[in-house]
Amino acid sequence: MYRMRLPPWLVLLMPAFVILLAVVAIPLVLSLYSSFTAFQLTRPETITKWIGTFNYQKAMGDANFWAAFGRTVLLLTVALNLEMLLGLGLALMVAKVTRGQRLLRTMMMFPMMFSPILVGFQFKFIFNDNVGLLNNALQSLGLTDVAIPWLVDGNLAFIAIVTAEVWTSTSVFAILILAGLFAIPQDPVEAARVDGCTPWQTFRYVTLPFLMPFIYIAMAIRSLDVARAYDIVQVMTAGGPARRTELLWTLIGRTGYVDARMGYANAMGYIAILLSIVFTVYFFRKLTTARTSLGMGD
Amino acid sequence: MADVVLRNVVKNYGAVPVVHAINLDIAHGEFVVLVGPSGCGKSTTLRMIAGLEAISGGTVQIGERVVNDLPPRDRNISMVFQNYALYPHMSVRENLGFSLHIAKRSRADIEKAVAEAAEILSLTPLLDRKPGQLSGGQRQRVAMGRAIVRHPDVFLFDEPLSNLDAKLRTQMRVEIKRLHQKVGTTIIYVTHDQIEAMTLADRIVIMRDGHIVQIGTPLDVFERPVNAFVATFIGSPPMNLLPATVTGGALRLSDGTPIPLPPGLSAREGQAVHFGVRADNIMPEGHAMPPTAHMTHVEMPVTLTEPLGTETLLFGTLSGTEVQAKMLNPRPVRTGEVLRFGIALDKCHLFDAETGASLRV
Repeated sequence: MYRMRLPPWLVLLMPAFVILLAVVAIPLVLSLYSSFTAFQLTRPETITKWIGTFNYQKAMGDANFWAAFGRTVLLLTVALNLEMLLGLGLALMVAKVTRGQRLLRTMMMFPMMFSPILVGFQFKFIFNDNVGLLNNALQSLGLTDVAIPWLVDGNLAFIAIVTAEVWTSTSVFAILILAGLFAIPQDPVEAARVDGCTPWQTFRYVTLPFLMPFIYIAMAIRSLDVARAYDIVQVMTAGGPARRTELLWTLIGRTGYVDARMGYANAMGYIAILLSIVFTVYFFRKLTTARTSLGMGD
Repeated sequence: MADVVLRNVVKNYGAVPVVHAINLDIAHGEFVVLVGPSGCGKSTTLRMIAGLEAISGGTVQIGERVVNDLPPRDRNISMVFQNYALYPHMSVRENLGFSLHIAKRSRADIEKAVAEAAEILSLTPLLDRKPGQLSGGQRQRVAMGRAIVRHPDVFLFDEPLSNLDAKLRTQMRVEIKRLHQKVGTTIIYVTHDQIEAMTLADRIVIMRDGHIVQIGTPLDVFERPVNAFVATFIGSPPMNLLPATVTGGALRLSDGTPIPLPPGLSAREGQAVHFGVRADNIMPEGHAMPPTAHMTHVEMPVTLTEPLGTETLLFGTLSGTEVQAKMLNPRPVRTGEVLRFGIALDKCHLFDAETGASLRV
């Protein structure tokens, strides 16, 4: 009887192929395919209904989609810059501490230890217009006597969301920048002091260039994080009220699972992923440039 | 240019004193080398002059000013560091011009000063490179260039050559000396290498355990070391020290070998001493040692030879101590061969066995 014999290398690679196929390739191909169909979760047979690039064209012309897209970019820009500045400040201060620094470093990590869902609930409570801590505090201090609609007004809700994001993730920047501070050679810093630099100039011309690679690594990590922001926003405002805080993924999530229009959701998802890719490529370019200028690898 | 004066300068790290009330006067234009074994406080002293370490006591004066409380940038000094300390993200040109840029000098001024410094140190073809693309010797030249563009009052060098290989070190040593001749600025130079100290210095300051042991010209400290430490630290190979006792107006080595008392030395009867003789002053007979009235002879078996080309170092054992002698016009010597050595007594030293102090009068 004839038995098919596969070459050994193929046999050895087979488990890896099978796993990759199951968890990456098939879902990827399937979702990409479904973005060209009128697939609805509630009517499985629609997955065969090929409609070409209709979903993509629809997304391109959808004002809600672009509003969410723009808001995500805005959130990314504001949150990342705030986190970078606060993280840098924190790291610089913690680096000066001589006693109890280990404890401080651990405490700095605390916000990252909570589930974003819980952080969302906590900030939803803090910013609640009736029973929230913030309004209570403001009223008790006599700063205002009205209930500020933190999570209702579009701009205020955006500020509230930024606050929650910054609170959870500033430590990513702080920890990475602190690591950078520890890695800076002391000689150039001393040379700068002798060369006539004030402390600010030493920071500006010597310390900061050394920190830039660390800052860009943090930026790259966090840009991916924020570009897929969902949990905190979903809990705090669910993109509302009336889409005023809608982000890409709250919109996509609702379209796919609530409205059951999975084909359209997938199409928007693929466009959204471009955003992540663009930011990642951008920050990695910056990282490479910063490293090259420091003579760290080519 | 300025003179530098240290008065009772003290440095403590917490309760641990590392520099003990040292006094030092450096004339302007002078090349002074601080030398000593690691941990002797020489780098700390230099860093106090630079302002990179706080001064725990006493005063440091540069020119007319007491600079104790001035930050480094207000002391008008420049410093060359052991690890070059270049700014890796700046080109050679930017490294050289950085201090002038910080001082807000005009672009034309900066370019002129940079070109001048680059010319002096032959860095002109490297101006657009980054430090990462330079060799060790080139980096060290950039570090020196960065120091000279500012025309500071004082140059401080902190072991600048210790990261270079032996050949480059010799080369850079000459360059540093030439630089000093050219610019004439006061230089304070720290090293643990006594050869660097000897070859570069107008005056050597020998430090040990946070104290200054001796200050003098290179020949001074070589020929008239104040104690056994300086005698063995300065000069290569180190001075041979043989335990001996003064008996009946002569020296007796520990195994009883008699040696006449060298001239010009004062020793009490019965005093325990160390008899010091450099390899240059103990040579096998017939080896062209400058003739002197004060010669004595010993016999010693040769245990090891180190041929150096123009001369050969002979290791022997005298009275249980290893002794290094020199042989000019080398000829092959078998190990174990017993040779008769002449000792030039007028070039020899005596040190008190307990305090190590020289017994020269």
